[in-house]
Amino acid sequence: MTAATSVRFAHRHLLGVEGLSPDEITLLLDLSESYIKQSRAADKKATLLRGRTIINLFFESSTRTRTSFELAGKRLGGDVINMSAEVSSVKKGETLIDTAMTLNAMHPDVLVVRHPDSGAVKLLSEKVNCAVINAGDGTHEHPTQALLDALAIRRRRGSLQGLTVAICGDIMHSRVARSNIHLLTAMGARVRVVAPPTLLPACIDRMGVEVFTDMRAGLRDCDIVMMLRLQTERMQGSFVPSIREYFRFYGLDYAKLEVAKPDALIMHPGPMNRGVEIDSEVADDIDRSLIREQVEMGVAVRMACLDILTRNLQSNEAAT
Amino acid sequence: MSAERISTAKPGRVAYLNARLLDPGSGLDAPGGLLVEDGAIVDVGAGLFRDGRPGDAEIVDCGGMCLAPGLVDMRVQLRDPGEEHKETMESASLAAAAGGITRMVCLPNTKPVIDDVALVEFIARRARETGLVHIHPYAAVTKGLGGKEMTEIGLLAAAGAVGFTDGTQAVADSRVMRRALSYARAFDRVIVQHPEEPGLAAGGAMNEGEIATRLGLQGISSVAEAMMVERDLRLVEITGGHYHVAHLSTAAAIDVVRAAKARGLAVSCDTAPPYFALNELAVGDYRTFAKLSPPLRSETDRRAVVAGLKDGTIDAIASDHSPHDQDSKRLPFAQAAFGMIGLETLLCVSLELFHNGHLSLLEVLRKLTRRPAEILSLPGGRLKRGEPADIIVFDPDRAWRIKEARFLSKSKNSPFDGRPAQGRVLRTVVGGRTIFTLGA
Repeated sequence: MTAATSVRFAHRHLLGVEGLSPDEITLLLDLSESYIKQSRAADKKATLLRGRTIINLFFESSTRTRTSFELAGKRLGGDVINMSAEVSSVKKGETLIDTAMTLNAMHPDVLVVRHPDSGAVKLLSEKVNCAVINAGDGTHEHPTQALLDALAIRRRRGSLQGLTVAICGDIMHSRVARSNIHLLTAMGARVRVVAPPTLLPACIDRMGVEVFTDMRAGLRDCDIVMMLRLQTERMQGSFVPSIREYFRFYGLDYAKLEVAKPDALIMHPGPMNRGVEIDSEVADDIDRSLIREQVEMGVAVRMACLDILTRNLQSNEAAT
Repeated sequence: MSAERISTAKPGRVAYLNARLLDPGSGLDAPGGLLVEDGAIVDVGAGLFRDGRPGDAEIVDCGGMCLAPGLVDMRVQLRDPGEEHKETMESASLAAAAGGITRMVCLPNTKPVIDDVALVEFIARRARETGLVHIHPYAAVTKGLGGKEMTEIGLLAAAGAVGFTDGTQAVADSRVMRRALSYARAFDRVIVQHPEEPGLAAGGAMNEGEIATRLGLQGISSVAEAMMVERDLRLVEITGGHYHVAHLSTAAAIDVVRAAKARGLAVSCDTAPPYFALNELAVGDYRTFAKLSPPLRSETDRRAVVAGLKDGTIDAIASDHSPHDQDSKRLPFAQAAFGMIGLETLLCVSLELFHNGHLSLLEVLRKLTRRPAEILSLPGGRLKRGEPADIIVFDPDRAWRIKEARFLSKSKNSPFDGRPAQGRVLRTVVGGRTIFTLGA
């Protein structure tokens, strides 16, 4: 383990990036590095979480995040169970808190929760004895995504300090954007948000970012271009007139990318809407696109999060 | 805190001695006494009983504490009929009595909706049976609160509806609002508006701004309030209707009302304690007890509410009592119900305006008693011969802590839980009968 041993991760849950110190973020990223190696080895299995039960509780559909958490848990030797809202009693009218109490009675060690409502994961965390990881709550936070993005950037650029990162697209409905803003600003990067005015939440500048509505101005001389998915499922009413118009002004293509630094890297949290927010050629550009690396980093980051939270469980168990 | 029902026998003569009389009706603030007979005030004055105790009356020595008219709460949700698990007429009455409220006006958003003469009569009968505080209903402006068809305003008024409102939703259709304002004028009834432009506010959970953005919650723009008030005032101008805006919460809307009053329009308005005692920070980490409609606003807006109360733009303070059970509040923020209970904290939180030096004690009381009674043409709200003996004795300085577990209301959803308070009701009297005394 390369983590600075003097830093302690003093949280029972991982509910968001907001509130994490730069040292804690660095600790998680350093720990993640060690798990990249493990994931690339032929024998991927460790025994760290032997005997531990991890429940992936997804109230919102997800393939990549759920799979990533599942792999992370299994590679650390834990028992992983997947529950999705489609097959659970939530559809039969059980409340979130009832579900939490029911699962709590089964003594899981970690609950990984995704929910369509902001704050729902925190509410659930107040009712259980285990550690809770927020795998995305509404339009609030998605901390492991921001951590994996940071890890991918750090491996290419060495550090986050001083980089200019442009986060582009549907900022309003994006928990990825919020978590990334918290993380990147905490680590000393300069963050810009680029979006049509209708997709910018009120007072977003108060989160310490520069705001652009012209994509070319927003991308000028930036080091990293982070594209967001246009979240059509969260949109009530019309925020943009058409997909065609959106791509014309806010879709990432080579023409817009040319104002960024020549070696600017391209990121996307997935799943991508090709031809809506990102041109296919750009997305698949091996030299510049970090998109596949982000997925790989995801597993490592989630292993690190499971590791660190169960360490805290151990120390609590030892104390009682 | 405990409510007790003293004998149901017809009350005789009761003399309240050694009180600091506070009468928002006449502006009196002086030591004195008050005499009650057969449920009405028969004498009151600064010098009363100076020369000795009346021999033929029961004596209540107020010990120098304040004696004032009982509070008139012009905005209460009763949940009875239909949602008696949240509140009943009985539990709300006990809570009101403990809060010093002797007369309250309930919103028509019950199940069924109060949009029919039979329902108005039902409320009157239930209130009579409960027999604690006076309860008057508003009736709906539109049938079923549907926003389209006008209710039988004349018949409902004749049956006892003191005003008309669609409760927690705005009368959004301009043509419907115009006709309601115009028609209700013939029956001398006020239209009470929930000021929120529904299109702009749709889907919002808290005040729009930095905090909503950080929490990932959809915001409600403060402009939605001013827009609705501005539209309505245009309609008041062409109809000459009697218009009252409920629970103002924004600087912009208060400015609009201030300007309208300066132009001489017949407009009145109220606010509720959370809008001058709290701001959007109370939402904190998704605290659903602080999810209100209108939402808690910015600090700038909160200060504007205080300023509006000070300069008289805001006429009255109402509790905006909105009881909700755990199932309606222990939910993710966006799904939780709007509203807070307020009957038992109305006086003590309003007294903060006095303790903080914004208003005199009489000015605070006037907004809680005489002014709402005037707006709705109700009796009470003053210490005057011939008025019903609806009075309270209170200690404006008594320190205590608001505790959820002590609430008499069936629901416990108060953002003021744990708040230190100053000022407490010692005795509540309705129609000459003591219905609440503060336990030791």
